Amino acid sequence: MAAAPALEAPETVDASGRRWFYRHPVVIRLAHWINAVVLLVLLMSGLQIFNAHPALYWGAVSTFDDPALAITSEQGRDGTNRGVVTIGSHSFDTTGVLGLSREGGTAVDRAFPSWATLPADQDLTTGRRWHFLFAWFLVINGAVYLLYGLFSGQLRRRLIPDGDQIRDFGGSVKEHLLLRFPEGEEAKRYNVIQKLTYFVVVLGLLPAMVLAGLAMSPGVDAAWHWLPDLFGGRQSARTIHFIAAGLLVLFVVVHVVLVLVSGLANNMRGMLTGWFSLGRPEKETAR
Amino acid sequence: MTLHRRKLLTVGAGLAGTALLGGCDRFAGTETGRRTLKVGEDANLYVQRLLMSPTTLAREFPAAMISPWFKPNGTIDPPDREFRALAAKKFADFKLTIDGLVQTPLSLSLEDLRGLPGRTQVTRHDCVEGWSCIGQWSGVPLAELLNRAGLKPQARYAVFHCADTLEYAGGGLEGGDGASLWRPEHPGSVRDGYIQLAAAEDWGGASTATDAPKDDWGQGAPEPEAPEDKRTPIRYYESIDLFDAFNPQTILAYDLNGKPLPVSNGAPLRLRVERQLGYKQAKYVMRVELVESLAGFGQGGGGYWEDRGYEWYAGI
Repeated sequence: MAAAPALEAPETVDASGRRWFYRHPVVIRLAHWINAVVLLVLLMSGLQIFNAHPALYWGAVSTFDDPALAITSEQGRDGTNRGVVTIGSHSFDTTGVLGLSREGGTAVDRAFPSWATLPADQDLTTGRRWHFLFAWFLVINGAVYLLYGLFSGQLRRRLIPDGDQIRDFGGSVKEHLLLRFPEGEEAKRYNVIQKLTYFVVVLGLLPAMVLAGLAMSPGVDAAWHWLPDLFGGRQSARTIHFIAAGLLVLFVVVHVVLVLVSGLANNMRGMLTGWFSLGRPEKETAR
Repeated sequence: MTLHRRKLLTVGAGLAGTALLGGCDRFAGTETGRRTLKVGEDANLYVQRLLMSPTTLAREFPAAMISPWFKPNGTIDPPDREFRALAAKKFADFKLTIDGLVQTPLSLSLEDLRGLPGRTQVTRHDCVEGWSCIGQWSGVPLAELLNRAGLKPQARYAVFHCADTLEYAGGGLEGGDGASLWRPEHPGSVRDGYIQLAAAEDWGGASTATDAPKDDWGQGAPEPEAPEDKRTPIRYYESIDLFDAFNPQTILAYDLNGKPLPVSNGAPLRLRVERQLGYKQAKYVMRVELVESLAGFGQGGGGYWEDRGYEWYAGI
């Protein structure tokens, strides 16, 4: 077995012979849960804001007749209203969820349904206030996480694959796809796919999200003319902000599924108390 | 970890989740909630002002990027009798008033304004809803007017009084005589609401004018508003502080894309504050009043939409 790098984290063996590893320091745990709540509020208030003009464009301005994506309701051939998502020249019937959905028993025209938005009612004002307050929490929490991670070495340990992990990339992918999760020494570090995924989310997706959000601000754009250009214009930035939100949702779904299948109790205990079980040594030697 | 503790944690997380989703709306409805949520706006104002100087300019675009159609929003055809009378004479009788905390109050016709040093800028207009258009605006820098009037030392804000009535005090939405008014949910919903309304209740000349883009003033036959309305009209208004008022790009625009401003885009004069969102760009500006405090106007929020919960600082 390739030697895992030495980790300066406490370890202990309990009376039953189970090995425990202090996987998540308190700053990481706090940042994780704050992030979970903040991202949920940002997602739902973001969908509320999107509903105010449920169309996306590419470039600096809105080409109203030719949106890249639009979520609307229109009258179907049978005379009843249908929810329709249009992407480019393709249309999809999304009645019930997107474009037209039930709100308190009546069908209403709204892009994202009431259960997905904050506030539940159509209310751009309050949606904006939630979004812009929690955007600050995202940035502050993210800055604390990054600074702590950088100086404690946690970031490198969590996001950068070790040499042996890169050499055995294929094997790791296979193990992961078969949903075989390591125990013992190997469980002290994330596997290579985890590290690369977290790398992309933490250092790619989330910063891009914040920058694309800022690129929609006329004030920030006045101070930094280059910012909207970075995304190809303000409307492109809005589209990228929306796509990045979708990718974050995808990440969270996969993340939660893997937390469930790789051992909910152990993972949750790890992220709540810091302590993660490495299993029992006899089991490890049997591998 | 005991099973008991684990269960407690799970139940706790579940409860927290439910409380978050269900409680958010209730929280936002309380005074504490409103004040808490406003912290984001204060932080944005503070930080954005750190990033900018009073003369920081919004991006200006090449003429080739001008949008073929500049989406009119909010009021697009004021129902007010006084405004219609002005529009019918192509604003020949229009006078812009500048008063309040100034040394010399001014009263200027469109002709006077066009005679002053002007500024032309091609800028991007960002609606609070999310869409953007690029247009070319020509007008008089507000700083030019304020310097001529001379500010008194107490002056802190410029308040823009507009000609268009959006609703009546007491919640009355009907203007009578076919000129219906509506109470929009947000700045972006107005135009759609207007068109739906116009389609639903055929209200004559005015409705045809709303759908057809107007190239000039006074087209169609302006209908008089309600004969004798005793209710108090609530008109659009806006306000900016001196940081924005003296910015070179802050102008009172009389031309859009090289032609006189159409009524749908705010004729005869529209404010441009290029570092902020669309609802700050007050249309149908009749009077600029310099004040020390925004209390006493509308509900004290500093603007029609601000009184309805929108941020006074619309830089984001």
